[in-house]
Amino acid sequence: MSTTGRVYAEYSQPLWKRLLMTREAAVIALTLAVIAYSLVNVQNFDGPLTLKFLLQDIAPILLIALPMTLIIVTGEIDLSVASIVGLSSVVLGVLHQGGMPVPLAGLVALVVGAVCGMLNGFLIAYVGLPSLAVTIGTLALFRGVAVGLLGTTAVTEFTERWTDLATGTIGETSIPLVMIPFALLAVAFSLLLHFSTFGRGVYDIGLNSEAAHFTGVDVARTKFVLLTLSGVVSAFAGIYFTLRFGSARGDNATGLELQVIAAVLLGGVSIFGGRGRLHGVLSGVVLIGVIASALRLEGVTVNVTNIIIGLLLIASVVSGGLLAWLSRRLPRQASRASTDPGSTSTRPAARAGV
Amino acid sequence: MKLQSKRTTALVAFTLTAVLSLTACGGGDAETDAATGGEGGEGGGELSLTMLPKNLGNPYFDTSTAGAEEAAEELGAAIEEVGPETASPDAQVQYINTAAQQGVGGLIVSANDPTAICDAIEEAQGAGTKVVTFDSDTSPECRDLFVNQATPEGIAAKQLELIAEQIGGAGEIAILSASANATNQNAWIEMMEAELESNADYAGIELVDIVYGDDEDQKSFDQTEALLQNHPDLKGIISPTTVGIAAAARYLQDSESKGQVALTGLGTPNQMRPYVEDGTVEAFALWNPGDLGYLATFATAALINGDITGEEGDTFEAGRLGEFTVEADGVVVLGEPFVFDAENIADFDF
Repeated sequence: MSTTGRVYAEYSQPLWKRLLMTREAAVIALTLAVIAYSLVNVQNFDGPLTLKFLLQDIAPILLIALPMTLIIVTGEIDLSVASIVGLSSVVLGVLHQGGMPVPLAGLVALVVGAVCGMLNGFLIAYVGLPSLAVTIGTLALFRGVAVGLLGTTAVTEFTERWTDLATGTIGETSIPLVMIPFALLAVAFSLLLHFSTFGRGVYDIGLNSEAAHFTGVDVARTKFVLLTLSGVVSAFAGIYFTLRFGSARGDNATGLELQVIAAVLLGGVSIFGGRGRLHGVLSGVVLIGVIASALRLEGVTVNVTNIIIGLLLIASVVSGGLLAWLSRRLPRQASRASTDPGSTSTRPAARAGV
Repeated sequence: MKLQSKRTTALVAFTLTAVLSLTACGGGDAETDAATGGEGGEGGGELSLTMLPKNLGNPYFDTSTAGAEEAAEELGAAIEEVGPETASPDAQVQYINTAAQQGVGGLIVSANDPTAICDAIEEAQGAGTKVVTFDSDTSPECRDLFVNQATPEGIAAKQLELIAEQIGGAGEIAILSASANATNQNAWIEMMEAELESNADYAGIELVDIVYGDDEDQKSFDQTEALLQNHPDLKGIISPTTVGIAAAARYLQDSESKGQVALTGLGTPNQMRPYVEDGTVEAFALWNPGDLGYLATFATAALINGDITGEEGDTFEAGRLGEFTVEADGVVVLGEPFVFDAENIADFDF
């Protein structure tokens, strides 16, 4: 009884419950509810342009949220992503201005992003510094280099073929072209997190990195790989951002890291690590995007939008903490005498990988 | 026991989230009802216009929006002001997209970047929206019309005239601008540089530095301090931006350079009033942003109604401002810059 209870409680429930009674399902339901509500009540939300603009707006957040989810699941964080977006934007702009064709300059920007990620990864994984401190430092560093390279000017002369690619849609649909690389990356990151040994290690590190180390997970390498991936994906988002607006600026995407992290947490990833699923996160990004888009259509000022998203985020974090507290309280009240010491410290850990 | 508690947990999770979603939707309800109610009220006007300044919370644009609202009222049009918190082109694009989604009749925009917002404008035009820029233009092929506050020549000449007068025709001067890619600022600076070189009256004046305060108060303040430190012989500062000149005046007011270093440029009377009254600033120039918003709104309405097409030579009536003619490249000029000094500043309130 106690063995099954401790290890496989989650699996002893029917499949539909395991799929539906989750934090992720709740976020998806909320997202669908907000979309349905907006379609009915917000004028022009059902228009032909909404989907295209919405996806274009959230594409950089969707992209960066993929590696960010894995990083936060390990219990680390990467605050430098928006600065890497800015830096790759400037690298692309400066090289293109110097006569390099866009694909080649984009490749260099990706390499620069990888190097930025490796620097973060090296300091966090191998030197062992806290990620919060390291990436706050590189947030300032990369942004500083970006603004330093281009000053406060902007490069705007990009070949139309490439900017069209960033603003274009798939055929006659209103799905932007950028959704193709995003879909590929989303599949790749899902496989990596949810269906690979590497992914199991990611959760193990988040739950207890010491224990993960002793069970054979290469903790340092895992973190290094994740932060490098974050750098590359952020650089890709930077290229998209630059080409979409046709403008390479050092201050591009300032503050984007907050939107990414907010969406990841809203999507049910625990800031303490060890818990969270990608579909919840992607739904969280869409939720924030839909709320922002609907409120803009209603002419609500951006401050109000920020307040609503902030409250939603706090509510989601609080509800998570409340649940953990309740799950500790309830069994103790029910059987105070036979409290098993192991269960008092359970974060909803078993839910992690499913 | 264990199993039951997990089930309870899941149930609580679901209920809490449901409550959360309900509260969220409830909040949304209130918002929407208020907004739709407002729209319903304005729905009587045939024209729907969107006013998109560089950013919100900027007194200059508050005034231009007030002018636009005055014009909208005279025209019987509905106008809504939207805008980003910070003056960045990517944030502005989202609002242009929103205007396209709404299918508004006209969009009046002060561009944060001459080209970055062009694709979005093109899309809005595709949705049938007329796009008029004011204050800061995009590339001419992007928009239907540009309502220019004054010609760059007029502004550059007026500022040089003022500074030359204030420093006695000779000495070192510097420029404190907004951001380095602000279209209008750069045009004026180029003109001033050209005028300084070619005009014999300004032979004794040397432009020693151009610094950028990014239209942020603190940064402009710090840049003024740096200017005075780096150029001990500086005689005058031109700041062709309202945020810059006010920050510079605030610095000069408390520094020992007060009265030694002349300051002029483009400012608003309300911001500059204390500095003109205590003698920190002798005189500065500007147009009336209220008139600018007023004219832009009339121009947009004329485009929507088909009175003009934006061709050179088209003429239209703009209420109390009289008749205007469209010049080359679809530009409408408001007029000559106006000089504010201790004599007349009390007459203005914006």
